[in-house]
Amino acid sequence: MSAHAATTSGPTGSSPILSVNNIEVIYDHVILVLKGVSLTVPEGGIVALLGANGAGKTTTLKAISNLLGAERGDVTKGNIQFKGEHVQDLSPNDLVRRGCIQVMEGRHCFGHLSIEENLLTGAYTRRDGSGAIKADLEMIYEYFPRLKERRHSQAGYTSGGEQQMCAVGRAMMSRPRMILLDEPSMGLAPQLVEEIFEIVKQLNEQQGVSFLLAEQNTNIALRYATYGYIVESGRIVLDGDARSLRENEDVKEFYLGVGGEGRRSFRDVKHYKRRKRWLA
Amino acid sequence: MLYDIFIDPFVQMGAQPDFLIQVLWEGFVSGILYALIALGFVLIFKASGVFNFAQGIMVVFAGLTLVGLHEQGVPAFLALILTIGVMGVLAYGIERVVMRPLVNQPDIILLMATIGLTYFLIGFGEFVFGGEPKRMITEELWLPTGSTAIEFGERGLVLLQHIDIAAAVIAVLMVSGLALFFNKTRIGRALRAVADDHQAALSVGISLNQIWAIVWFAAGIVALATGIMWGARSDVSFALEIVAFKALPVLILGGFTSVPGAIIGGLIIGFGEKLGEIYWGPLVGGGIESWLAYIIALIFLLFRPQGLFGERIIERV
Repeated sequence: MSAHAATTSGPTGSSPILSVNNIEVIYDHVILVLKGVSLTVPEGGIVALLGANGAGKTTTLKAISNLLGAERGDVTKGNIQFKGEHVQDLSPNDLVRRGCIQVMEGRHCFGHLSIEENLLTGAYTRRDGSGAIKADLEMIYEYFPRLKERRHSQAGYTSGGEQQMCAVGRAMMSRPRMILLDEPSMGLAPQLVEEIFEIVKQLNEQQGVSFLLAEQNTNIALRYATYGYIVESGRIVLDGDARSLRENEDVKEFYLGVGGEGRRSFRDVKHYKRRKRWLA
Repeated sequence: MLYDIFIDPFVQMGAQPDFLIQVLWEGFVSGILYALIALGFVLIFKASGVFNFAQGIMVVFAGLTLVGLHEQGVPAFLALILTIGVMGVLAYGIERVVMRPLVNQPDIILLMATIGLTYFLIGFGEFVFGGEPKRMITEELWLPTGSTAIEFGERGLVLLQHIDIAAAVIAVLMVSGLALFFNKTRIGRALRAVADDHQAALSVGISLNQIWAIVWFAAGIVALATGIMWGARSDVSFALEIVAFKALPVLILGGFTSVPGAIIGGLIIGFGEKLGEIYWGPLVGGGIESWLAYIIALIFLLFRPQGLFGERIIERV
């Protein structure tokens, strides 16, 4: 039921590039992790998927990019459409070819490869010749000047921020239409986080790449995203425009850590809990 | 006693320099062959983290296929090409039947699977080609068979087998080819990426199945080269498989993930074995060639577990 409620709302505007309809994910045939998650990402949008540790953000992203199989996870219900095509049976590399790529949590650069080689692996699926790839490499270096400085360093020895940039740059090298960005702020200093989100915004505006980003840092995510979903224990419990979520008393109370007038009010907490129960 | 260990062997070496050179050459050649076998292990281990117990039997199998095809009347070079094809089919089959269903299983299960593969290949090889040793078709493949005696000093003589020289040249070519492939090509880069991080490689759209089939194929070609060279020195028989275990100390010395390490490790073991056997062996009654390599490996494990050239484990704190 909750899933239905979520699909009828959802971001408005241009047609969706990605829509996830009521998916359920089970790990190892027994552990139910997602209990009916639905969301849509409009073409050219930035949508935030928010929630605490273990809420199911990463699982949702991996279900979309089909990396779940490698972790013995399975999408058992629902469906996922990317550019109008059902994609849950495609392999990750088919999906990358179609323009949907994931940047995993914790960056996952290839430690023994240089930064430049890391970026080039992102172009693995491309067939449009070395000239085009070289041009894109230069474009990435323009967005991330720091990567250019460190292009010949082994990625394992670069800083966390540089690795995150490398991971995003590597994904960009596949010429994606959509990037699933998992927790880009993890373990980074606040001004670096800001820098990375700024570049994400530029990539979104200038290259037309849509983003679905999973974040714990609700504050910054809602500043850059246009729309947000909040996941809790495998369900979407709340969604709305970024602005309305920022102003929502419950979100303020539970995720932003600031409340307006009466944030200690028992009634608000009850309201939130009631809502949660109802949605569950 | 101390004199026997530390002085006498060197006196002997000095007294007969031509003999020393002959020993070193023998060591060099067996080192090259160990290195080739180790190379096959390294390729697969790097890309899939699997310790391929079956590498030794793949050497035998490749050699037998080549000789067997030629016995059936296939011209030598066509047989060579067909054998490469067979190794390709084998690689694809292994990926499909063994690796793919076992993906994400613990390493020990994959090791057990390769042991199973070893016994399958032994049985299958004996079924198809019979169990008796076969002569390698050395001349038919235009490999040199003669030997050159080089005069050394006044009365010395060093004997070089041409096939050994060819083995060295082929090994060098093969290693340079692999190094180029790993560092300069798209697939090579993907192979190294997979070696670093499977998940991330998947996420950028690298197909693990494709990469695994490629490394098993590459290891198959290395096995074929090893089989030809080794077969030319003795015969092609299932006994060769035992020699393949010499690759283990080579790997410990050179590092499981390093191609140059496999070469250097092979040479160290080769030289060490021959020198040890000839000059120090008599002290303990000879026969140390068969275990000296493992002792060297053991000492290495104590002091440098990642091997000489094993990739440093990069860990950021």
